Amino acid sequence: MDARGRFLGAVFACVLLAGMLPGLQAIAGGGLEKSEPAAENEHAQLVRRGAEVYQRCSACHRLGANAQNRIGPQLNDLLGRKAGSIEGARYSPAMKQAGADGLVWSAETIDAFVADPKGYLKGTTMGLRGVEDAGDRKALVAYLSSFSTGPSNIPETTVPAPPPVDAGVPSEILALKGDPEYGEYLSGECVTCHQPSGADKGIPSIIGWPHEDFVIAMHAYKNKKRPHPVMRMIAGRLSPEEIAALAAYFNKRDR
Amino acid sequence: MTISRRHFLVGTALTTSALAIPTMLTAQGKPKVVVIGGGAGGATAARYIAKDSKGAIDVTLIEPNKEFTTCFFSNLYIGGFRTFESITHSYKTLESTHGIKVVHQMATGVDRAAKSVTLGDGTKVTYDKLIVAPGISLKWDSVPGYSAEAAQMMPHAWQAGPQTQLLKSKIDAMKQGGTFVMVAPPNPFRCPPGPYERISMVAHVFKEKNPKAKIIILDPKEKFSKQALFQEGWQDNYAGMVEWIPASLHGGVKSIDPATGKIETDLETFTADVANIIPAQAAGGIAKTAGLTNDTGFCPIMPASMQSQVDENVYVLGDSSIAGDMPKSGFSANSQAKVCANAVRGALTGSKVFPAKFSNTCWSLIDTDNGVKVGANYVAKPEKITKTTGFISKTGEDSAVRKATYEESLGWYSGITNDIFGS
Repeated sequence: MDARGRFLGAVFACVLLAGMLPGLQAIAGGGLEKSEPAAENEHAQLVRRGAEVYQRCSACHRLGANAQNRIGPQLNDLLGRKAGSIEGARYSPAMKQAGADGLVWSAETIDAFVADPKGYLKGTTMGLRGVEDAGDRKALVAYLSSFSTGPSNIPETTVPAPPPVDAGVPSEILALKGDPEYGEYLSGECVTCHQPSGADKGIPSIIGWPHEDFVIAMHAYKNKKRPHPVMRMIAGRLSPEEIAALAAYFNKRDR
Repeated sequence: MTISRRHFLVGTALTTSALAIPTMLTAQGKPKVVVIGGGAGGATAARYIAKDSKGAIDVTLIEPNKEFTTCFFSNLYIGGFRTFESITHSYKTLESTHGIKVVHQMATGVDRAAKSVTLGDGTKVTYDKLIVAPGISLKWDSVPGYSAEAAQMMPHAWQAGPQTQLLKSKIDAMKQGGTFVMVAPPNPFRCPPGPYERISMVAHVFKEKNPKAKIIILDPKEKFSKQALFQEGWQDNYAGMVEWIPASLHGGVKSIDPATGKIETDLETFTADVANIIPAQAAGGIAKTAGLTNDTGFCPIMPASMQSQVDENVYVLGDSSIAGDMPKSGFSANSQAKVCANAVRGALTGSKVFPAKFSNTCWSLIDTDNGVKVGANYVAKPEKITKTTGFISKTGEDSAVRKATYEESLGWYSGITNDIFGS
């Protein structure tokens, strides 16, 4: 699993395991009516495998009905979409340029990008280290395709979106407005490891996270719901106001 | 902040003299900070002051070397996991991006009354606030027979650079089945897990190239940092190769002879084919010259700001400081530098001073993909920087955890070196 996956995986895993299977059965079941059972069964298996691979993406991307942009753009109707084209999503200059130069997401381009994100698109800020296995990539494309059938036909899914309520962070803490100037001072402690450029080799990027995601993640460490010892230590002594200040600062930072 | 009586009195005396002779640079209107030492403490402080004051403070960094080789990760170079180039950094970004004036000279003296630093070529640089971060000096006579000359035969490699390259070349060229002897340093010293990570890296080289070689550690201590983790690691990865001998067994190093490789102890006289002598340490020479050290050889500071206890216009960072519970490490120095930078900016420009927060984590590599770490948080209590919470890797950890820890250390290295030298 890539670094960001590891970073977020622990929290999301429970949500995923509990919620994923019914959704997948719905996807698989929907297809069975139309064609050869054996072939459809194979396709369903592929989509199921794709859903597992997608776990690596779900830390930053959302899929399914009402999916919003998070750290990365929402991925509904990805196939056929011009790269870097979702209004309001955060893109690297490289991704926007690629779109302007004509990059359109297809089974082939997604496969190539996901295989080696930074090799395929120099300057991308997508944190995924690369999906090495060609079968995994094929499965991922199949899974993403199942959300690309048109806006009116997006299957309900429970895969993404760890709901904030379940993270045990009270709404008044989520609502705290942080002081970015204080956040900038406090950030000195973060950037000893987490790079302000958004580079994320070995240590995940914390640049540009939505406020809520950042606050939830930090409180999960503070409350020892996430395992990483350094982060537990760092978050453990930060007050809710300080966490809000950091969230405000890192949210505003350009990559 | 608490200000001791002594501090207060010294401060008053200095203020009077400063009033009598206004410095040239104060006359120009821009407050001036001079930083001695371009390592993890000094370069970070220079960068944060320049960056966060957005040109309002004039920052000069005095560092004799044109390039800086980090001590952290230099063991990984010895082990063959990093190139020398990858642990060597230039000061160009600090100059070009942050407008820091980098002067490649040795600071030879500090006139604290006149608030000026004398450089090797005799020129003087005046300051409003001085940050002293010269790392360590080596107490050659702590190991009888050792000296700067002897270090060409028996490297210390405890100040990274040519010494590190020399030690690596000797290790790589050691005769088959030969003996490597390390004389470890007494407390307090730079990088507490460092000698033992180095042993791991030397063992890694021998395992591949010189499997019958022996490694002996003559330690003046009875225990050391991450001991259980290292000893487990040596057992698991380098069985039978490493022998650690504490002072209670060898009784102390009586003499060393660089010409013959003989190292005499009460227990026996060892003959080293390659010796690595890491002597006792004190604050970098300029700290003593400037009168900032006490009888420990290091510099007492105010925990909330890293301000010197003997001069309110001087701050001491990193290995030279007496930082309470914090170990002498690059991470610590970097952490202290940010607290100091915030305090210095506040004093000079009236910017908001936030409460001090310190932290440290030390990663060590035992063998390929086998990393361990130890870390802690610290707060500024009036009497000293005090540890609050901490953690350490566990023995018997899963290999996936160890691999992740190693990969994390690589990420940390990129992160901290960008934080120190700019990116």
